[in-house]
Amino acid sequence: MRVEREKSTVTVFLEGELDHCNAQQIRRIMDQAIMDKGIKCLIVDMEQMAFMDSSGIGVILGRYRQLHQRGGKMMVRHMNRQVEKVFRLSGMEQLIEVV
Amino acid sequence: MEAVNKMKISFLSLPENESFARVAVSAFAVQLNPTLDILADIKTAVSEAVTNAIVHGYQGTEGMVDVEAQMHRNGLLQIIVSDKGCGIGDVEMAMQPFFTTQPEKERSGMGFSVMQTFMDRVEVHSQPGDGTKVLMEKKLIVS
Repeated sequence: MRVEREKSTVTVFLEGELDHCNAQQIRRIMDQAIMDKGIKCLIVDMEQMAFMDSSGIGVILGRYRQLHQRGGKMMVRHMNRQVEKVFRLSGMEQLIEVV
Repeated sequence: MEAVNKMKISFLSLPENESFARVAVSAFAVQLNPTLDILADIKTAVSEAVTNAIVHGYQGTEGMVDVEAQMHRNGLLQIIVSDKGCGIGDVEMAMQPFFTTQPEKERSGMGFSVMQTFMDRVEVHSQPGDGTKVLMEKKLIVS
């Protein structure tokens, strides 16, 4: 999993699968990526993410709440059809921009 | 309705087995030549049911999760995920979108909603102290 920072924007490149089994590990990586309060935008790149279930909704919403509290924003990009179906079912596209 | 093929697997309630269960059921379902989208729906629904058994049924304790699948001549796939864990007191409430008993762990409460959206039919049978059985159906061939 790769993390890139450019000024106040961090991009996390997720890989593989996001389910209950590995949610904690991915949560930790994303929390480290946005730990610096100067981070105002988190982009989650899912091009290499093959599968996500509702455990992923909890992980993404948890990070969204942290950023929202500090006036930041979150975006997701490159979701496959399965991941996007789970994402949209939860209504997250009303909070998190899909680019 | 007579099944043309059946499978059953049992495994310990370890998170590592969530992936194993969804891959096993989808490999079984491939025999009915589903589209990739339908296969993804099945994998997702199985993942939710098995995760519920591990997280809520056994709550970190060790137990066995059973996954059975049957395919029928008319293209119907039936999947049963069952555990002998703590059971659900109020099934109707548990199935409400965003309802979770573990918000502090960032559980989304969307597990049953995903199952209901991704499958054609979902039934939940549960009693406190007597485990939970989730029956899911998906028609893979439109006749």
